[in-house]
Amino acid sequence: MSIGHTLLGLLESGPRHGYDLKRAFDEKFGHDRPLHYGQVYSTMSRLLKNGLVEVDGIEAGGGPERKRYAITDAGITDVERWLTQPEKPEPYLQSTLYTKVVLALLTGRSAADLLDSQRAEHLRLMRVLTDRKRRGDLADQLICDHALFHLEADLRWLELTGARLDQLAGEVRA
Amino acid sequence: MTPAGSLLIASGLHKAYGPTTALDGADFSIHPGEVVAVMGPSGSGKSTLLHCLAGIVTPDTGTITYDGRVLSAMSDRERSALRRTDFGFVFQFGQLVPELTCVENVALPLRLAGVKRREAERAALGWMERLEVDGLRAKRPGEVSGGQGQRVAVARSLVTRPRVLFADEPTGALDSLNGERVMQLFTEAARSANAAVVLVTHEARVAAYSDREIVVRDGKSRDMMQELSA
Amino acid sequence: MNAWIQDLRMGVRFAFGGGREGWTRTLLTGVGVGLGVALLLVTTAIPSALAARDARADARSEHTAPQAAQPGRDTLLIGEADTRFHGADVHGRLLKPEGPDAPVPPGLTAFPGPGEMAVSPALKELLASSESELLRERLPYRQIAVIGDEGLIGPAELAYYAGSDTLKQIGGKVPRVTGFDNSAEPEPLDPVLTLLIVLVFTALLTPVAVFIAAAVRFGGERRDRRLAALRLVGADSRMTRRIAAGEALAGSLVGLVLGTGFFLVARQAAGAVDLFRISVFPADLNPSPALAALVALAVPAAAVAVTLFTLRGVVIEPLGVVRTAKSARRRVWWRLLPPLAGLALLYPMTGRGNDGGEFNQWQVSAGVVLLLVGVTGLLPWLVERAVARLGGGPVSWQLAVRRLQLSSGTAARLVNGIAVAVAGAIALQMLFAGVEGDYTKQTGQDPSRASLSVRANTGAGSPEEVAALTRRIGGAEGVAEVIQLTTTGLSPAPDSLEETTSLTIGSCAALRQVAQLDSCADGDAFILRGGFDDTNTDAVAKPGGTLYSGNVYGTEDGPPPVAWTLPASAKDAVSREDPDGTKRNGIAVTPSAAPKGLGDEQLATLYVRLDGSAPDALEHVRTAVRQADPLLSPLALQATKESERFASIRTGLYVGAACVLLLIGASLLVSQLEQLRERKKLLSALVAFGTRRSTLSLSVLWQTAVPMALGLALSTAVGLALGAMLLRMAYAPVVIDWVSVASMAGIGIAVVLAVTALSLPPLLRLMRPEGLRTE
Repeated sequence: MSIGHTLLGLLESGPRHGYDLKRAFDEKFGHDRPLHYGQVYSTMSRLLKNGLVEVDGIEAGGGPERKRYAITDAGITDVERWLTQPEKPEPYLQSTLYTKVVLALLTGRSAADLLDSQRAEHLRLMRVLTDRKRRGDLADQLICDHALFHLEADLRWLELTGARLDQLAGEVRA
Repeated sequence: MTPAGSLLIASGLHKAYGPTTALDGADFSIHPGEVVAVMGPSGSGKSTLLHCLAGIVTPDTGTITYDGRVLSAMSDRERSALRRTDFGFVFQFGQLVPELTCVENVALPLRLAGVKRREAERAALGWMERLEVDGLRAKRPGEVSGGQGQRVAVARSLVTRPRVLFADEPTGALDSLNGERVMQLFTEAARSANAAVVLVTHEARVAAYSDREIVVRDGKSRDMMQELSA
Repeated sequence: MNAWIQDLRMGVRFAFGGGREGWTRTLLTGVGVGLGVALLLVTTAIPSALAARDARADARSEHTAPQAAQPGRDTLLIGEADTRFHGADVHGRLLKPEGPDAPVPPGLTAFPGPGEMAVSPALKELLASSESELLRERLPYRQIAVIGDEGLIGPAELAYYAGSDTLKQIGGKVPRVTGFDNSAEPEPLDPVLTLLIVLVFTALLTPVAVFIAAAVRFGGERRDRRLAALRLVGADSRMTRRIAAGEALAGSLVGLVLGTGFFLVARQAAGAVDLFRISVFPADLNPSPALAALVALAVPAAAVAVTLFTLRGVVIEPLGVVRTAKSARRRVWWRLLPPLAGLALLYPMTGRGNDGGEFNQWQVSAGVVLLLVGVTGLLPWLVERAVARLGGGPVSWQLAVRRLQLSSGTAARLVNGIAVAVAGAIALQMLFAGVEGDYTKQTGQDPSRASLSVRANTGAGSPEEVAALTRRIGGAEGVAEVIQLTTTGLSPAPDSLEETTSLTIGSCAALRQVAQLDSCADGDAFILRGGFDDTNTDAVAKPGGTLYSGNVYGTEDGPPPVAWTLPASAKDAVSREDPDGTKRNGIAVTPSAAPKGLGDEQLATLYVRLDGSAPDALEHVRTAVRQADPLLSPLALQATKESERFASIRTGLYVGAACVLLLIGASLLVSQLEQLRERKKLLSALVAFGTRRSTLSLSVLWQTAVPMALGLALSTAVGLALGAMLLRMAYAPVVIDWVSVASMAGIGIAVVLAVTALSLPPLLRLMRPEGLRTE
C-alpha cells in the first residue's frame, strides 16, 4: 500500500495537521499497523519536496507536528492517476506451501499431514477473523472478508492438492 | 479433549450403501453448546456421518451415544421422538413443506411434539423475529427468496430448543452474502440457546463459524483439534 | 401447418424417446387409455353378441316351426325335455325322425338313434365330472356326437339331442315339424326398460371417458418441467402446447393399440367365461364397425383436447411452470350450465313411462351425460371452496388441508371418475328400486308347503301311471311328502260349455291344501267357495244331482263325458291358495266319491315337499321324475319372480359398476404414487426431524379422503336429483333408497381405503433417509 498516496487522498477534503493525518489514517486503514509519527513526517517532507503538497500555515510553538498541510493541483493529479491505475494482481507463483509439499513427498514424509495441519492453521485464523467480523462494523467486515477470501482460496488449493497428492507424488519422484 | 462430558459420541462408525462404502471407521464427539464443522470433499461421507449421528440412518457397525443413551439400541419410534425433542435440522434445500405458510412450517416440529397450534405459532414467531423473517409469516415457501427460506428453516430447527442442531450444507444453495447472513444468525441463535451444532459443509468460510472442525476423507474422520493439542 | 406437424412429431418423439422415464409415462398412459378403450370396445360389441345369440336360438326353435298333421318323408317329432341341474338350465330335445328328409337341428350332422344322444361341449364336460351322477342318471343315452357351435347359443350352454323311437305327438308338447323357426315377434321392450338400458350404458361409459381423460394426464407435472426446459432453449408457448399435444397423441395411440390387444384377449377369454349364466362365443363379440371407428377417432381427439384444455391455465415459462389458474378463483356459473342443460333435456319427458310414450333415446342419453359430466365441472369448484374453509386439527390434517388448498384441482381430478360413477349408480339404483315392483311378480307360490310341482301333462295321465310316478317320487332321497291333486272338467249338462268349472280330486290331506276343512273323511265332497272364479260354481252345487265330468269341453277324439253324482252330503268349504298360489273353484272330492272311468281325461299335479335337511333332494326328485317320463318338467316353486330382462339389466349394472370403480381405483393409485414420488426429498426431511410415519400416512389418507367425501356428497346429490328425475319420467313414486345410496358411497370409501392402503408401502419406502442423499 502506498502511504504517500493515501495521505494525499486524505488531504483532498481539506488542509490538516500532521497529527490529524495520522489519526485519520489509523482510523480508516491502520487496523493492523498504526502509523508512526516518523513515517508521517518523512512522507510529508518527500511530498513537499515533490511539490504535491504545500504548507498551509504553522501554528505558534513551531515543531514539525504543528504544520498544516494542503494538497496542490499536482498532488490532486497524482492521486487521480493512482486511483485510476489498476493494481497489478499478485501472481502468487512463488508458494512456500507448494515447496513444502514437494519436499515432503521427495523425502518420504506425509504430505497429507502437512496439508491437514496447514488447513487447521488456516481455519484457526479464519475463525479469529470471522469472530472479529461479527463484532466489528462494516469496515471491519470488508477488511476481514478480504482476508477470509484469500485464506479460503488457499484452503481450496489445499483441498485440491490433497486430492491430487498421489498423482503429484508420481510426477515428483519420476 | 476427552469424550467425558461429551453430549454426542460416535466411535468406529461403518456404513455402506450397497457396494459403496460411505463411512469407514469414523469417530466423533461433541460437547454441549459446541459448534463443530464436519468438512471434506463431496462424496467423502460427511452427510452420512450426520445422518448416523442424528439417528436417521443406522450404522452397520459402531456405536453412537447421546447423553448416555446408545442410539443404535433404541427403536425407530424412540429415535424419532428424540429427533423431535432434542435435535434440530437444517438442510440445503427442499425441507420446507410447500403447502404450509412460513410460520406454520416453523411451528411444525412443536405441533409434532403435541403443542397446541396457537401456542406453537406464537413460539415460532418469536424465533422468526430473531432470524429477521417474521415479516414472512403468511407467505408460502415458494414466495420467499432462498436466503429467507433458509432462515425460516433455521428458525424451525431452533423452535423446539434442541440440544443438538444438525445442519447439512445450510448455505449450499445461497450466494456468499446471504450465506454469511444465515450463518451469522444461525450460530448466534444456537449459541444463545446453548445448542451444540454439527455443521456439514465443504466451504471453509462457513466452517470458520465453528469452534473446531472434523475432516472426513474416504469415510474416515480426523478430529484436527485433538491432533493439534496432542 | 408444417410447424404443427413438426411439433406434434417432436412430442411423439418425446413420448417414446424420453429415456426410461418417458417410456414409463407413455406406457402408463397407454395402459390406462387401453383399459378404457377395451371397455368401450366390449360395450360396442355387446349388442351384436346378444343379437347373434338370439339368431341361433331362433334357428333351432320349434315354437313357430312349420308343422305337419300326418307323418311324412320330411317330418320330425320333437319333444321338449329340458331339465335343470344345480341351478343351470339344460336345453334338451327328444327327436324321432319320421322320414329320410326330416329336418336335422342346427349343430347336428345326423340324428342320434334311439338310446343315443349328441351333447354340447359344456354338457359333455359336466357329465364327465364326478359331481354329475344325478344328471347322468337322467340322461341314460350313449354320447355319439358333439353339437356344433351353430346349434348352441353360447359356449357354456348345456344342451343335448336324444333319439327316441317311442315319441308320440302331443299337441304343443311334442309337435310334428318340418323345419325350425321362431318368427314370433319378441315382445317390444317397454319404454322404461329401454330407458334403463340407455342409462346403464351412459352411466357406465361416462366414468370410462373421465378415466381416459385422467389417464392422458398421467405424469403431467414431469411433462410440464420438460416443456419448461424446451422453452429455455427457445420453443415458444404455442410450440410447447403442440408438443404436449403430440405426446398425448402418442400416448393415446399406444392406448388404442393396447386397448385393441386387451379387447382381443378379453374376447378370447370370453369363451371360457360363464357370467351370470350367459356365455358368448368370441366370434360373436364383434364391435360394430361404425362404433369402433368412432372410438378410434374420438379417443386420440379427446386426448389432445384434454391436454390443450388443461394447459389453458398453465403458463410454461423457461424457468418453470406457472399456474395462472390458481390465482383466478374458479367461477361457478359456467360449471352449472352442463347439469342444468341436462335437467332441461330430461324435464320434458317426465311422466312418459306411464302412458306408454316413447323416450327419445338421444335426448335421454344427452341429458344424463350432461348431468354426470357436470359433476366433473362442479367438483373442482366445490373442493376449492370447501377446503378453503378448512383448518384446525392435528398436523396430519393440517398438512393435507394445506396441500389441498394449494392444488385442489389435482385432488378433484383424482376423484372425478369415482364421483361420476357413483352419481350414475345411485341414480340407477333409485330407478331400479322405484320400478322394481313393476317387474317383480309375487307368484303366490308357497315354497314352505311344497318345493316342487309336477304336472302329469304329457299324456301319461292314467291313474295307474300317475300312481307309479307318485311312488317313484316318494321313493327319491330327501322327499318328505308327495301330495297328489287331480283335476278334471265338471259341467251340469253334457254339452253345457258355458257352465263348466273344475273338479279337484284328492285325499283328505291333499284337499286340505286347497280348502279349509273342519272335518273330512273318504267319501266326502266339498263345494269350494271364495275361489278365483266362482261364477259357475252354483250351477254345479247341487248335492245329489247328476253332473258330467271328464271331457266336458268336447275334444273331438276324446271319450264322452262321464256322468257323476255329487254326493248329497256335499258341504261348502272356503277355498285357500294351493301351493301354486291358486285359489281353486268348483267342487273338491275325495277319491272314493270321485267319478270312475275318466281315463286320460284328468290332469294330476304332484306337490313334492322336501326334507329340508337332505342334500340335493331337489336333484333327486328331478332325476326320479325324469326317469319316469323324460318329457315331464318339474317346476320349482318360489315366492317371487323377476322379469328376466329386468334381472339381466340389473346384473349388467352391478358388473359394470364394479369394473368401472376398479379401473378408476387403479388410476387413483397411479396418480397418488406419482405425487408421492415428486415429494421424496421433502418426505425424507420431514422424517428426519422426527415426524411420525403415522402422521404422514394419515395425511395421505386425508388428502384422498377429503376430496372423496366432497365428491361423494356431490355425486349423491346429483345422483339423487337424476334418480328423482328418472323416476318421474318412469312415472314411479320418488322414493330414496338410502341403503343403496349408502352402499354406493361405501364402495367409494372402500376404493379410497384400498388406494391408501396400497400406496402405504411405497410411501414408507420413500420416507427412508436415503431420500436425503443428494449425491
